[in-house]
Amino acid sequence: MLDQLPILSAITFLPALGAVAILIARALMRGEDQALLERNARGVALFVTSFVFVLSILLVIDFDTSQPGFQFVETIPWLAEMGINYKMGVDGLSVLFVLLTAFLMPICILASWKIERRVADYMAAFLILQTLITGVFCALDLVLFYIFFEGSLIPMFLIIGVWGGAQRIYAAFKFFLYTFLGSVLMLGAMIMMFIMAGTTDIETLLAHEFARDLQTWLWLAFFASFAVKMPMWPVHTWLPDAHVQAPTAGSVILAGILLKLGGYGFLRFSIPMFPDASAFFAPMVFVLSIIAIVYTSLVAFRQTDIKKLIAYSSVAHMGFVTLGIFSMNEVGVQGAIFQMISHGLISGALFLIVGVIYDRFHTREIAFYGGLVHKMPVFAAFFALFAMANVGLPGTSGFVGELMTMTGAFLVAPIWAAGAALGVIFSAVYMLSLYKKVTFGELTNPKLESAQDLNLREWINLGVLGAGVIWLGFFTTPVTDVTRASVGQLIQQYQSALTIEAPELAPSEG
Amino acid sequence: MTVETLLTDLRLLTPELILAVGAMAFLLLGVYWKGEEAAARLIMRLSTALLVICAGVTIWMAGGEGGTAFHGAFKLDAFSLYAKTAIYLAAAGALVLASHYLQSERLAKFEYPVLALLAVTGMSVMVSSNDLITLYLGIELQSLALYILAAFNRDSLRASEAGLKYFVLGALSSGLLLYGASLIYGFAGSTGFDAIAAAASEDGAKIGLLFGLVFLLSGLAFKISAVPFHMWTPDVYEGAPTPVAAFFATAPKLAAMVLIARVVYEPFAPMTEEWRQIIVVLAILSMGVGAFGALMQSNIKRLMGYSSIGNMGYALVGLAAGTALGLWSVLFYMTLYIVGVLGAFAVILSMRRAEGMVERIDDLKGLSKTHPALGWSMTALMFSIGGMPFLVGFFGKLFVFYAAAEAGLWWLMVIGLVFSAVSIAYYLRVVKVIWFDEPEGRFEPAPAGVALISRAAALATVGLVPVVGVMLALVINAAA
Repeated sequence: MLDQLPILSAITFLPALGAVAILIARALMRGEDQALLERNARGVALFVTSFVFVLSILLVIDFDTSQPGFQFVETIPWLAEMGINYKMGVDGLSVLFVLLTAFLMPICILASWKIERRVADYMAAFLILQTLITGVFCALDLVLFYIFFEGSLIPMFLIIGVWGGAQRIYAAFKFFLYTFLGSVLMLGAMIMMFIMAGTTDIETLLAHEFARDLQTWLWLAFFASFAVKMPMWPVHTWLPDAHVQAPTAGSVILAGILLKLGGYGFLRFSIPMFPDASAFFAPMVFVLSIIAIVYTSLVAFRQTDIKKLIAYSSVAHMGFVTLGIFSMNEVGVQGAIFQMISHGLISGALFLIVGVIYDRFHTREIAFYGGLVHKMPVFAAFFALFAMANVGLPGTSGFVGELMTMTGAFLVAPIWAAGAALGVIFSAVYMLSLYKKVTFGELTNPKLESAQDLNLREWINLGVLGAGVIWLGFFTTPVTDVTRASVGQLIQQYQSALTIEAPELAPSEG
Repeated sequence: MTVETLLTDLRLLTPELILAVGAMAFLLLGVYWKGEEAAARLIMRLSTALLVICAGVTIWMAGGEGGTAFHGAFKLDAFSLYAKTAIYLAAAGALVLASHYLQSERLAKFEYPVLALLAVTGMSVMVSSNDLITLYLGIELQSLALYILAAFNRDSLRASEAGLKYFVLGALSSGLLLYGASLIYGFAGSTGFDAIAAAASEDGAKIGLLFGLVFLLSGLAFKISAVPFHMWTPDVYEGAPTPVAAFFATAPKLAAMVLIARVVYEPFAPMTEEWRQIIVVLAILSMGVGAFGALMQSNIKRLMGYSSIGNMGYALVGLAAGTALGLWSVLFYMTLYIVGVLGAFAVILSMRRAEGMVERIDDLKGLSKTHPALGWSMTALMFSIGGMPFLVGFFGKLFVFYAAAEAGLWWLMVIGLVFSAVSIAYYLRVVKVIWFDEPEGRFEPAPAGVALISRAAALATVGLVPVVGVMLALVINAAA
């Protein structure tokens, strides 16, 4: 039914349209009635994001899970002389990320309801960000992909820098420059691919076989970009700063969606387009993933700032994703996608949890808190749920993702899976101790006496996310069914590309 | 020469004739008119209108046939017509930016638009030159007018210094250029580009021609402020009146870049391997100095000066390709660059406080709060000049790098990409000041023309993205 409509363009560009509407309204009102404008800006943002969410649900319902290829494809000539088209489409790898983005955005808008400063700009920045992120997942043209991918830095830079904490300027610059440098190298690789293959069409490029020595360089250039975005150890250092300084909703988007751009990039470009290089570098990725999982878990344990702890925990969990992706078998890759979706929900929820208490007490110091369960029982219950999900307790989505990625890794190299399992234990250590310090014990800090439990907005946000986490913990098929066909094709193409190349390689290596 | 051939020749010069006659008529009008202020205002408007008319004429001429005039000294083709249209429109924009500024700074003299028209006439001749003599005539007509414009605020020490510095260095570069031209004439036996091309394809003359070319390119590099001939740029941008800097950054840069492109692509096409080395060095040095030099600037006009040095470096990357692709990528890059720079200078000209014009970067503090539309505009313009997607400036960078890599200069592309990552830092700094810092007072309302150009250019950086393919088709058509 939706095949006839440009639904992907609608999902992608409606938020930007909302942003333009807000900005035009602000320009026309010339500051006469700021209160009215700000109220309406929130309303418009919530309406637009909710509408887009409904559209993306329709998209997923209409999505044919038996098809491995791209669906809902739209092609419009754009830079026709150079053969660059505006081409959008989704397959099993990307459609769920579109849904995840659309799902988290209304939650972010709700979580930002109490933002007081420059509401119109804030909402506009978020809506533009949504357009750009959704575009990354839908783009089927290299240039288009790059524009969305890189463009998302601009609104995020503003969100961190304008509405962030005390060190926001440092964090915003670090975030921008780190990711920009990585992406610029990817742009170089894309230009080389354009020249070699003569097209920027991703569908055609997926079938193109790049020369092996070139693959290595292209792979490394893409890796520079995606590894920073993931982020992988040792280029993860921008993440804790960005997270700590960003406003709550900014952290949710950052952890929930922006980090997934890296994993999605590996699946969309690195593995299918450069299979030989991927196989060659897989051990390196494994080592980096294990270091990320173990090392950042230990670092997380030593944090005194709640947000920083969760940020490091994100790095560790993204280690599972890279582990799963580069195990290059079906369960591993499926698990990686599952882990990304699940982490999107869990880390988003955890940052909202931090936001809840930060809004009340304006500090993220762990030592400040203690005994919150006496005053905020509902909050404590939700916190417990998400802390357990983050640890990977069976019955939550976190368990499924970690189990699948570790299984995938085990099939390739048991020793690495053991290393990853170590990370699961560490995650229990830091998460449980954080939970204990914040919620249990006696209520010693008199400032906490006035604590109010969750209000309706927070209830809705956490409730929805909690339901999602538990639902995916028991029923994995909604995710795996969607991804199965495309992942299967990815693995199969990867394997066949390898076997063709392998015999030719043997002499040159000797 | 019969009257008929003279008339056909002159027909090709229609826009130049309109401009030259217009400039002289306005000069007479200004001299004999009693009220100086009123004359200046009127002539400013008439000159702007004249430039727009000329742009219309060139667009109309693009439908007809091109050709050469004066025994091949002057050449009219799609390439020069495109460049002329862009130059006239950019110059018209720069005049609109100037009009209110000159009145408020008590600089409203009728000579300003007249000199600008003469400079534009020079540029027009430059982009059409098909002979070393035409080339030199065009450059000198342009330069002499620009020297005076740089020092137009003659009571200001900084402006006089800027004008003098520009004049002395410019004279030196003209000397180099002339020396190079004489060497080329000596070895090729002709000043015509076609004859030089014929000579360049023979082995015997190559060394001598190469010597000439080095000097010629040095002189031309001065005009686009490519490193190491860039020293004047930051000082002149800072010292000259702001609308003059806006003018300097747009039309003359395009004219000189187009001229360089024509020189290396037409008469010296057989020596691509040789001149490419020169262009590559100029490109790398310009990108580097532009990127690092701008990082520590506190004056927004100086920043724009370094930014223009860097951007010329990126354009040269495309030129270094030496292919048809490289040619249109440069044209495309320069067009998008001019849109961004004109807008950025419109924002700079909006920076007026009760006590007068201000031009420190810190004066933009909190702009997004005090003047949201201006803040968003400057943000979009900075990112566009920096080549950041999703703004239109990105496409310019994309294709110059593509052209270089396609010609086998992939390492030049990588160097360019790394420098562009460095240079984004100072554009970010402007954005940071606009968004993250607390305001320190408001600006006076900007005059209508300035406000219009800043908004229109900012909208163009976003609004051109969907139709960027149409622009690309235009440019490719022009360079074919």
